[in-house]
Amino acid sequence: MRITRMSLHYKWRLLFGFIAIFLASGFQLAIPILIGSAVDAARSLDASSVEIANGAVVSAISSATDVFGEGSNPAKTALIVIAVLLFISSIGRGLAAMFQNYMGESIGQNIGYELRMLYYEKLQRLSFSYHAGVHTGDLITRGIIDVEGVRMFVQTALLRTVFLVVLIGTGMYLMLSEDLQLGLISLSFVPFVAWRATAARLKLRSNWYQLQERLSALTKVMDENLGGIRVVRAFASQDHEMKKFDEASNETLLLANVQVGIRASNISLMSVAFMLAMGAVLWVGGLKVIAGDITPGELTQFLAFMSILLQPVRQIGMMINGFARGSATGGRLFQVLDLDPEIQDKPDAKDLEITNGTLEFHNVSFGYEGEHTLNGISFKVEPGHTVGIVGPPGSGKSTIAHLVPRFYDPNEGYITIDGQDLRDITLDSLRKVVGVVEQDTFLFTASVQHNVAYGDPWAPDDRVELASKYAQLGDYIERLPGGYDTMVGERGVSLSGGQRQRLSIARSIMLKPQLIVFDDSTAAIDAATEQRIRAALTDLTKDRATIIISHRLSSLMHADEILFIEQGEIVERGSHEELLAQGGHYNDLYELQIRPNEGNPTVDGGEGGAS
Amino acid sequence: MATRETHDRSHEIPPKASIKLGPTQDEEVFGDAFSGQVVGRFIKYVAAYKALLWVAITAVLVFTVSSISIPLIVRDVYDDALAEGAPDRSKLATMVIVFLVAVGFNFVANYLQELIVGRVAERILIDMRRAMYAHLQRISLSFMDKTEIGKLMSRLQGDVAALQEFLQTAVFAIGDFVLLIGIIGAMVWLDWRLGLMTLAVVPTLFIVRIIWLPHARRSFLRARITSSIVSGALAENINGVRAVQGMSREYVNYDLFDIRASDNLKAANKASKYGVMMLPIVDTLTGAAMAIIVIMGGFFVLGGSMEVGVMVAFVLFVQRFFDPIRSLTMHYNVLQRAMASGERIFEVIDVPVDIADKPNAIDPEEIDGSIKFENVTFGYFPDQPILKNINFEVKPGETVALVGPTGSGKTSTTALLHRFYDIWEGSVKVGGHDVRDVTQNSLGRHVSMVLQEPFLFSGNIFENIKYNKDSATREDVITAAQAVGAHEFIMKLPEGYETELEQRGGNLSLGQRQLISFARAIVADAKILVLDEATASIDSYTEMLIQQALARLMEGRTGMVIAHRLATIRGADRIIVFQDGEIIEQGNHDELMAMGGLYSRLYSMNYASFDDIPDELIAEATRAAEGTST
Repeated sequence: MRITRMSLHYKWRLLFGFIAIFLASGFQLAIPILIGSAVDAARSLDASSVEIANGAVVSAISSATDVFGEGSNPAKTALIVIAVLLFISSIGRGLAAMFQNYMGESIGQNIGYELRMLYYEKLQRLSFSYHAGVHTGDLITRGIIDVEGVRMFVQTALLRTVFLVVLIGTGMYLMLSEDLQLGLISLSFVPFVAWRATAARLKLRSNWYQLQERLSALTKVMDENLGGIRVVRAFASQDHEMKKFDEASNETLLLANVQVGIRASNISLMSVAFMLAMGAVLWVGGLKVIAGDITPGELTQFLAFMSILLQPVRQIGMMINGFARGSATGGRLFQVLDLDPEIQDKPDAKDLEITNGTLEFHNVSFGYEGEHTLNGISFKVEPGHTVGIVGPPGSGKSTIAHLVPRFYDPNEGYITIDGQDLRDITLDSLRKVVGVVEQDTFLFTASVQHNVAYGDPWAPDDRVELASKYAQLGDYIERLPGGYDTMVGERGVSLSGGQRQRLSIARSIMLKPQLIVFDDSTAAIDAATEQRIRAALTDLTKDRATIIISHRLSSLMHADEILFIEQGEIVERGSHEELLAQGGHYNDLYELQIRPNEGNPTVDGGEGGAS
Repeated sequence: MATRETHDRSHEIPPKASIKLGPTQDEEVFGDAFSGQVVGRFIKYVAAYKALLWVAITAVLVFTVSSISIPLIVRDVYDDALAEGAPDRSKLATMVIVFLVAVGFNFVANYLQELIVGRVAERILIDMRRAMYAHLQRISLSFMDKTEIGKLMSRLQGDVAALQEFLQTAVFAIGDFVLLIGIIGAMVWLDWRLGLMTLAVVPTLFIVRIIWLPHARRSFLRARITSSIVSGALAENINGVRAVQGMSREYVNYDLFDIRASDNLKAANKASKYGVMMLPIVDTLTGAAMAIIVIMGGFFVLGGSMEVGVMVAFVLFVQRFFDPIRSLTMHYNVLQRAMASGERIFEVIDVPVDIADKPNAIDPEEIDGSIKFENVTFGYFPDQPILKNINFEVKPGETVALVGPTGSGKTSTTALLHRFYDIWEGSVKVGGHDVRDVTQNSLGRHVSMVLQEPFLFSGNIFENIKYNKDSATREDVITAAQAVGAHEFIMKLPEGYETELEQRGGNLSLGQRQLISFARAIVADAKILVLDEATASIDSYTEMLIQQALARLMEGRTGMVIAHRLATIRGADRIIVFQDGEIIEQGNHDELMAMGGLYSRLYSMNYASFDDIPDELIAEATRAAEGTST
């Protein structure tokens, strides 16, 4: 698995972890032996001849007896020595377990961190076409819950599995070499547990995956309900909405119940298997003690061995869950991490060199999922010139805006800036030169100042203020309680649509882009303010190429060239006066917008029903 | 890698960039581990599963008793069946059978406790979430207006999950506690001298935990806070990815995120340190306890005052002894979290439903579509009336346009038809009934609404148009779509009416979404239609389509339109002009033009939409209009 491979990066920690594992297993296994010896020592009625099965313990005791001298009671000496050894082994086990766990957790945390960074970086680079097709909630879930799942997997499952294998392996060897039959019986639960573990692992894994999907579906239902509460209320559709909620939530319940069921039967079956083996050990071992084959101490040793294995056996259940979660979440995560951004720099991409600042579309066609949105678009914007683009919705206007900063690549044709094909230059250098003022602006939870300076975080304060003034937002900001330091965004002051658009304009001004694209970015700003913004911007745009996309003719009628786009094609082009003279679509639109009081046949026809 | 570019200036000036997404304070304040009130309310949800829970608690007890009995049986094996000098096979057989019976009980109890506790906890989780959600469907919009959706979502998800965890923990905590008492009892009963000596290590553990806990908790909290900051930063970046890419902020953001993620890494590692620190301590104490058992127990056995089986049983007990103590102190955290979560959940559930149906509210099958406002005064905040003594009447089938500057009270007027808010004075009548005398459901059925911002749900187009009208057939939906002119573009979509909408209908243009929401209103087939016309964000082309659709929409219905478009306004049967919460003019276009008041002045300014008119000009027109009327 890839996660396992990732953890190999932490060689030293892994090494320490493994050393700790061996130490912990060693100390752990010494404990039953010591306990068994203690039982035997205590039972030696004849205080002079202590009968202890384990050779190593015997030699330890004899060397201790040398120290204490012959005069002491050998059984008591034996007990004291055993007790001291037990104490030391326990401390040793504790310390080794601490190291082992810490190493596991720290590798887990580091991998979590690494994945988080990789994920973040990947998401930032994935192109618009990807982001448009995914629910943001899903992406967030992956980044938060799935990374956490992988981290937990590494943390709990990885080293601990090795620990378990070492512990059981060594224990097995010790037990089998001590008494083959009894050893086999003691360990009889291990294969059963291993089988259950694997079976449950597979089931839990697919279940977990489904449950996550259902949970995000439920989140979506709730989120939309609360977001669209006015619609819900207006249509009195609470019952309908509750039904949707119940359906989604019952689906999660069913899956959660299945999960609980698997887990319950798994945990209880595994522990019953263990206890049945213990019963068998008692029976067979008891018979052996009666027959005199083994000492009671040895029997105790077997029982204590098993007892020590009880906790790890129960942990197998936890680990299975960790494995299931880890591979489910890891799978989802790597699905994203493995995506190749559709738009990325060519290996030999060069930085854009601005010689003049001329943007040119050469016969550009663009389609989105099989649909053609742009067809054979050619135009040229020179510095100091403005091209206006107008047309019905879905005609492809915004697509043009998205092609300039190379959010998408054209299917046919190409776009150049000063003769350099956009696909041959680095994205970073391109996007520094192109400023797109979007219709819908995202506000980050940060101060107004930081939001305005979003694209140029090192800009001095006065530039931020100047840009805000140009965008006719300065007065508003100064009236805010904290001025430029007022927090906006999801957890701050909320701005109206028009204010957001003005902020977006200010943001773009900050970048001093060589090319500015206004993508319907003044729709929510009143006409008079827009005029003031334009006036303020004249200075800025006078030697730059500007594209204005708008449905409001007053925004673009002063453009040097106006393109009227319909169904992805330029159907009319020319200056305002030329287009009016043509008497085509543009003229119709003009009639409708600028002089509505003189009546428009289409509209009046439509109104027939109401009047 | 994203860090390939280094910002040479970055060391001199800090960037104007920050990720300030800490958890809000009220979500991380840690309070009492026990709040009687919260627990009391919570019990009510639990009570629904009383019978099951009793089974679960019984199972926990049986599990505990059988777990304790196993070492005791082992003792008997040693002392009776394998007694020195007198080993007895039949006794051994009996003991093993008793052992197997205990194991059987242990198995069944173990299964049941896991299963029932798990399922009941899931069930209660859903019940509580449902209760909260259902309540949110009913509480007044004035509450919803003020509350962030994100906050509510975190209550619906995180807080409910914290309570679920609490329930699971509570049941197992009872188990742990019983187990602890049981073990102590069994040890003292087996041999009180050895029992008390062994128990001497317990206070040590408690003292150590008490010293350790506040530090550890602080580090755990810190780890959690930093982690939620990281999550918040990630979420924000995903939501704002267009802005990020458009302005090439990737590198700066990556660095900032790295700071946050590294913080989290450090905090998490520190928390791990505190977490694992407990292991050697517990093991040392276990070792000490075992050493005591071996030395003292051994001496007792040697002295003949204790049997060796007791020693074996003690060793087996000691190994189980620390787990309950450890988990009991751990539960404390869960308790604290649960109490805080419980308070937040009940806070939502306790928001009063100010607008509830009267007990005898009627549910008229048919209404005539008339609207009447009589002396209506209303506001959102006391002493700040938004509507002042409004009187008007709309006849069935009539279309009325409400116009006026922003904040003049148009939207509030329409909201009152659905009784989103209750008025202070006067009465609002729909179809001849006071809105307070009929059920809110019937208002929803008879008055449909098209919002300025069309809101679409996930699902396909068909489902969105049909929405909650379960009786609507496929033909109804298609007819409605055809009527508003949406059919054409829907059929052009890859899967027609079955095309799945992206989040909030992101794969449709605003105008298309608007048309779908029109179709939805047609399917709802209400007598009265309230329409908040989209402002400038719709382009003129769609506007033409929409104007036509609007006309179809209004056919045979009473219409109340918050109108921005001159075309819409002129097409209305009557225009009501609002200003500062009062109706200042009423009449059709020609009448109002002839009056020469505010309307005629605004109209003559030649803006395509009233909303385009800057405030200064409106003020000017108002002054002028007042001048002519006085």
